[in-house]
Amino acid sequence: MKLELQGITKVFGSLVANDHIDLVVEPGEIHALLGENGAGKSTLMNVLYGLYDPDDGQILLDGSPATFKGPGDAVSAGIGMVHQHFMLVPVFTVAESVALGYEPTGAGGVLRLEEARRRVREISDRFGFQVDPDARIEDLPVGVQQRVEIIKALSRDAQVLILDEPTAVLTPQETDELIRIMRELKESGTSIVFITHKLREVRAIADRITVIRRGTVVGEASPTSTETELASLMVGRSVSLTVDKEPAQPGEATFEVENLSVVAPNGTVLVDDISFDVRAGEILCVAGVQGNGQTELAEVILGIEEPDSGSVRLDGEDLLGKGVKERLRSGIGFVPEDRSTDGVVSSFSIAENLVLDLYDTQPFARGVSMSPAKVTANAEQRTEEFDVRYTSVHDPISTLSGGNAQKVVLAREMSRPLRLLVASQPTRGLDVGSIEFVHRRVVAERDRGTPVIIVSTELDEVLGLADRIAVMYRGRIVGIVDAKGEDGAPVNRDVLGLMMAGVPLEDAQRQAAEHHSVLGAADLGDDGPRPAAEGETRHTSAEGETRHTSAPASTEERP
Amino acid sequence: MSTATPSPQTTSLPEEPQRARRKVGLKTTVVYALAALVTLLAWVLDTPADARTTFQFGTSGDLVSIPDIDVPALGFLVVLLVVMLVATGFSVWRWRDRRPMPSWAHVVVGVAFVLAFLTFVGAGRSTVIPMVSLLAGALALSVPLVFGAMSGVICERSGIINIAIEGQLLSGAFMGAVVASAAGSAYLGLVAAPLAGALVGAGLAWFSVSFRVNQIIVGVVLNTLIIGLTGFLFSTVLSDNKELWNSRMPLPRLPIPLLSDIPVVGPVLFDQTILVYLMYALIFGLQFMLFRSRWGLRTRAVGEHPKAADTVGIKVNVRRVWNTILGGAIAGLGGAFFTVGSGLAFGREMSAGQGYIALAAMILGKWNPWGAVMAALLFGFSKNLGNVLSSIGSGVPSELLLMLPYVITILAVAGFVGRVRPPAAEGVPYTKS
Repeated sequence: MKLELQGITKVFGSLVANDHIDLVVEPGEIHALLGENGAGKSTLMNVLYGLYDPDDGQILLDGSPATFKGPGDAVSAGIGMVHQHFMLVPVFTVAESVALGYEPTGAGGVLRLEEARRRVREISDRFGFQVDPDARIEDLPVGVQQRVEIIKALSRDAQVLILDEPTAVLTPQETDELIRIMRELKESGTSIVFITHKLREVRAIADRITVIRRGTVVGEASPTSTETELASLMVGRSVSLTVDKEPAQPGEATFEVENLSVVAPNGTVLVDDISFDVRAGEILCVAGVQGNGQTELAEVILGIEEPDSGSVRLDGEDLLGKGVKERLRSGIGFVPEDRSTDGVVSSFSIAENLVLDLYDTQPFARGVSMSPAKVTANAEQRTEEFDVRYTSVHDPISTLSGGNAQKVVLAREMSRPLRLLVASQPTRGLDVGSIEFVHRRVVAERDRGTPVIIVSTELDEVLGLADRIAVMYRGRIVGIVDAKGEDGAPVNRDVLGLMMAGVPLEDAQRQAAEHHSVLGAADLGDDGPRPAAEGETRHTSAEGETRHTSAPASTEERP
Repeated sequence: MSTATPSPQTTSLPEEPQRARRKVGLKTTVVYALAALVTLLAWVLDTPADARTTFQFGTSGDLVSIPDIDVPALGFLVVLLVVMLVATGFSVWRWRDRRPMPSWAHVVVGVAFVLAFLTFVGAGRSTVIPMVSLLAGALALSVPLVFGAMSGVICERSGIINIAIEGQLLSGAFMGAVVASAAGSAYLGLVAAPLAGALVGAGLAWFSVSFRVNQIIVGVVLNTLIIGLTGFLFSTVLSDNKELWNSRMPLPRLPIPLLSDIPVVGPVLFDQTILVYLMYALIFGLQFMLFRSRWGLRTRAVGEHPKAADTVGIKVNVRRVWNTILGGAIAGLGGAFFTVGSGLAFGREMSAGQGYIALAAMILGKWNPWGAVMAALLFGFSKNLGNVLSSIGSGVPSELLLMLPYVITILAVAGFVGRVRPPAAEGVPYTKS
């Protein structure tokens, strides 16, 4: 089926999310929609899927206009969508999830579950998905949940499949598997619209690339373009894709974690007996797929999570048992993973957010009252130093873009004299310019001799920033490797990818030497590591869920 | 460059057995030990060695009369004490293995504890412990709870918190009584009661879905409104012409042939009014429909993940409205038990907080119809135990006995339920973003 979008326009209040976008997807092609976060990719696809009404423009299917009043219309027209946050009910079985909305029923609306199971098995076998129709969704790893979403779409005869940031929650190996599936779907005649901001993936699999910036199509690109070319098109100016840094000059190990374990109230082991140290003046990156214990590790260091056992020492003194405030004031800088909920108080002003840590101390506090002049002066100085763009420091911080809000967090956390910096996903959801800035500040902090821990799920960021890399899988550290080998060559990303799937270092090196992954192959002739344009990888599952988002993305996820 | 190499590692990684290091507390052990301790100190030591207790299992209408069972009180108490002690030991053993107790163990200890109490109360008395009326009364007191809890299950499974069960029960009781009295037919009352409950349910749905008002607040307001309204009508219209509007119209008992002749079980379960038989049908029907029908699948989807339901074309809010109305109707029908179901006239605030107990039963039953029924029976039993004991004259002050169901509610909800998981989208209004 040939899909055409003509002049699609969607306006939210004063924001023009899509401005006369034209897009043509030929039958059986993989068409990448490339753009930064907030460029309007998902809005466009939600219009196509009938979730939003376009303000202007039309959709043509094989040349004839179609209007979708809801997802139901889009589905019956042959359009399937795999949302970034999966649309799966966690407590349902695979068969129930696939059946929902299109249930095979007998008399009186009684479900014919056998029929639903058969459908799942049929599609699963055809594409080698290995999905058990009776497994519960919440027990499945994210990669398999994604396959369930694809089965859902295929079981409704989707001829155009939209994949919204499908790789954001996958390990590199799962990504390879997804790419294999996409190619097989293409062989069988399904068109795929692949939404992403990851340049490497686009080059590896797309037949055609449409680049979107600020709601408009800025051009088409060929998959043979270099990453630098694609990045420039996406961002609108030339960008440097490497993190400039001198080799680390590490000193003594000043931060040590020993035999640390964290157990969730339901008994799931979140952090499992890990030990490592960080030396002054080096960046240790904690890599791993979202939900393998990294969040809990960072939270234990700050003191908002209680460990089950083990010790955490900074400059020889035990941190456990100390309160969060005490730890912050003794020189720990903490950049939380979820900026909007944990990093700032969104209804507070920029100036207030900049003193959240020291509001009750001199010079900001005078007895029980605060000194607004001092708070304002502080804000003006910090925002200047960290290049925050704002209208007034008294505006609520929610008026700032993600990048500027993150700079405020950094400005606050790095304004105390630091003995340790812990930053979780410091560039998630930021534009390329802000990413460069954040990375420069982190490296500068390292060069001042501070031990730095960066938790990141993004391999590119890890490779760009780290001096050493600790890979976590299911709460354990699979291995710690130097970012550069003795010959000065960067560590093989396939090795890291395998370790992120739990393969021990030596096995990973052996396997990586035997196989080249799809994305690893795209590495050859590449222009080197680049800062990550990190997407929202936050929820491994749907929104509105009570689940602790940081539980391991695996069968241990729920009790 | 190279072609895609499927990576077998991800799928063929040896999955290690899940090493759940559960934090199983000693709470269960403490409760069991307390039960054993109370049995020992309060009852075993206080029972004379030669006292006997008589349990009565027969009723006057039995085909085969069952003799009363007479046990030596002290010996029986010691046996029950041993049962509780063994269970305590078992729970310590499970705790060391970090495994939680199976739920049947709670039942065993609970039954042993209650039997011990009854044995102690009956020891050395001429009065018998009437087991049949104890159980039949328990079932009767459970009926409105079961209906209320089923209403709660339907609403909450689709994402609407139904605090208004209390109001729905009361409106059903009122409407059932008034219509039955005015029309001269108890069965017509049974038709009117669900309509009244449905109306309250519609109010709840309207405010929570159309205006996205906090569902708990709407529910409480509706309850207050119904109490006030029925109270007002009771003291004006109903008392002005009691004959016409509020005369007693009991539903007739319909004993089921053969089944009602089974000893103990027969008179308890199968010599009932149509309302109780409807309840049986409702329990089994709902349990089946919720998990095995298209309606149930969609209802659960809407309560767990409304957006997912929306993306497959299910109209989330329409479903929530209809389910809330249906739930209201069921609670309204249950309310009829207070009046036509028990052969009483309507009285001011006669639901007396049963709606809230029904809500607790639903939670204790983990949002499952079957579990909710069990919990409702537990509450009904504990309430009736209080009634029976005060009529036997156990020496325990009757005010304390009246507290029994509520104490058990708190203990059950706090102690044995542990971590329950409500429907994920419960109480969250759904809007398309």
